[in-house]
Amino acid sequence: MADSESTSTPLNRGVFHARSEIMNADGVRRALWRMSHEILEQNRGLSGLVLVGLEVGGVHLARKLAENLLEIEDQSVPVGTLDVAFYRDDIGIRQVTPSSPTDMPFDLTSRIVVLVDDVLFTGRTIRAAMDAIVDFGRPAAIQLAVMIDRGHRELPIRPDYVGKNVPTRKDELVDVTENGVLLGVIEEEKP
Amino acid sequence: MIERHIRSIDDLGRSGIEEILTLSDHFHEVSTRRIPKVPALRGKTIALLFYEDSTRTRLSFETASKRLSADSLNFSIGSSSVKKGESLRDTVETISAMGVDAIVVRHGSAGVPWLLPRWTDAAVINAGDGSHEHPTQALLDCYTIRNKLGELDGKRITIVGDIRHSRVARSNVKAFLSLGASVTLVAPKTLMPFNTDDWGVETTDQFDSVIGDSDVLYMLRMQLERQQKSFVPSLREYAKEYGLSNSRAQSMKPESLIMHPGPMNRGVEVSSNIKEHPNSVVNDQVANGVIIRMSALYYLLGAGNVTKLEGFSDE
Repeated sequence: MADSESTSTPLNRGVFHARSEIMNADGVRRALWRMSHEILEQNRGLSGLVLVGLEVGGVHLARKLAENLLEIEDQSVPVGTLDVAFYRDDIGIRQVTPSSPTDMPFDLTSRIVVLVDDVLFTGRTIRAAMDAIVDFGRPAAIQLAVMIDRGHRELPIRPDYVGKNVPTRKDELVDVTENGVLLGVIEEEKP
Repeated sequence: MIERHIRSIDDLGRSGIEEILTLSDHFHEVSTRRIPKVPALRGKTIALLFYEDSTRTRLSFETASKRLSADSLNFSIGSSSVKKGESLRDTVETISAMGVDAIVVRHGSAGVPWLLPRWTDAAVINAGDGSHEHPTQALLDCYTIRNKLGELDGKRITIVGDIRHSRVARSNVKAFLSLGASVTLVAPKTLMPFNTDDWGVETTDQFDSVIGDSDVLYMLRMQLERQQKSFVPSLREYAKEYGLSNSRAQSMKPESLIMHPGPMNRGVEVSSNIKEHPNSVVNDQVANGVIIRMSALYYLLGAGNVTKLEGFSDE
């Protein structure tokens, strides 16, 4: 089930119907390994690096990336989680309900912050996340890692690390889990 | 637009209370940050309309508004046109005409928060109406208990003192019961309301008989300003029978909580050093006051007002 994305989009109440599988579990695993290496290569190591997973869908990906980085470099990377609900630009337009409280037990000043999310779509979540991040300090840089870039950007935001680029229709929904990536639609529940 | 208010605990019900307690976990995290502020309610205006004195309630609503980036208008009766005889209705319509999204009202008469929606479109929060209700106090008390003892389900909560004049007691009884706690009211017969039969609570005038069984001892303030007649022979005698003295506190269960909504009459309903007692969570109540009021404002103005926008895309 589409628990990662559908819970973060309360207007889309209904049942997720998968139409096609974009990636399987192996595909997700391999993409995460490649992204781990790209993060290392881009930043020439792990010095000053922090991973921040966005609630809900980015958190397990951030933890997985941290596991990979530990295995490659034998060095642990701090992982924070961030709920951006209170920074969104659609508060009052639709119901914006936070999921799990933010957990950011460190100052982000002068760190390289890698934001991690499951799906990059309009870019509005990332805009909100960047506003939130600067409340925790002044990072040296903010980078963005996503498993799926599905297009339809409404803001000038681009990812630094991408699992897979997927062309989608605007009304479709992408569901990312460790077991794979599904593309489908939300259909209204029959009463 | 969905019309939403917090005039009574009844406006929320169990699901509304739980939603606000969940939001409070988030705002608790926000208040621990280096910059304890979020832009959630930017552009919203909140009017604080206080016809009665207040320290912690007004200050915590004001702090909560600021931490949500909302603007607040402070209206206190002493320095306003009420002194020139302006009616409640005219005052509310004036404030409303300035464009406010929420009005937090405290008034000496019960029922005032129910009048306001006739004159304004703003969401109304009751910050105390006479001896009737004070829902945000009940919410912060539920939050304080939940954080210290876990879920309220099955907890035994004892409320002691001037129940008759207490809006805190009325809201708290409703909130505690709807979260599954059982409630015992302790008061001399003169300070016990007449209609407690349909409240769903136990009542007694013997404080000592219930101390050992209670998970929470909730001490109410003697509301000397609301007592036109003498309900107790003397404050000294009241303190002897119903005050939480250090010796009474010794017969509490070791993990039980001592609570008080403030302001305290030290030496009357509680002995002078009870606030510093290891089981006292009075200071937590004050700290949670700001958090709960952030949740209440966000519940009404942020998460709640759902208007559908055609062609709006989600992420």
